[in-house]
Amino acid sequence: MKNVFKEGAISSDFIANSIAKHQTKKTIGAHNIFLGQVRADEIDGKTVDAIEYTAHEEMANEKFHEIREETFSKFDLTCMHIYHSLGTVKAGEICLFVFVSSPRRKEVYKAIEYVVDEIKANVPIFGKEIFEDQTHQWKVNS
Amino acid sequence: MQLNIKYFGMLTEVTTCNEEDINFKGGTVSDLLEVLFSRYPSLKSKTFRVAQNNNLSPNECEVSANKIALLPSFAGG
Repeated sequence: MKNVFKEGAISSDFIANSIAKHQTKKTIGAHNIFLGQVRADEIDGKTVDAIEYTAHEEMANEKFHEIREETFSKFDLTCMHIYHSLGTVKAGEICLFVFVSSPRRKEVYKAIEYVVDEIKANVPIFGKEIFEDQTHQWKVNS
Repeated sequence: MQLNIKYFGMLTEVTTCNEEDINFKGGTVSDLLEVLFSRYPSLKSKTFRVAQNNNLSPNECEVSANKIALLPSFAGG
């Protein structure tokens, strides 16, 4: 089972390298990328400084695998990559990187939305929003 | 039966542990939850779902797996 998780934020170098690696795959005509970024939400006068991510890693990797299989069966994709952070990700940093590629553009628009919605609804990942004063609350996907 | 129970997210603040092994006499997920509520009364006020062997399981299902997880609301992405 592929491990989707990376410790800490996903760097722009990592994302750029992923894009570069696809230059050899010449049947691809369209890529689409979704980047989830930690937002400095203001809640009751306090600002979110970071999110500390934890997960039921074994179950989450199984769910990511199922989402992958389902997405390939629904859309005409050449390849797909998903990475999610664990541990602390500061506001402004990237915590989710989804990258789908296809011969044609219409498939990647639909596929990326499907994958991100499935991740948010079905993968057991938990987020502790840490405020600047080091108090916290638990994030819930809306 | 011997069960391994894993707790996640905000639930670990109630249980003060990430996992534990317990002896369960058998029954449904609801029966198991009653056992856990008697250990951790404030668990009762929390919103969470139960997974058996990494699959979400309704409360009326029999406990048939040894790997149990209590999962609060998801927050990935």
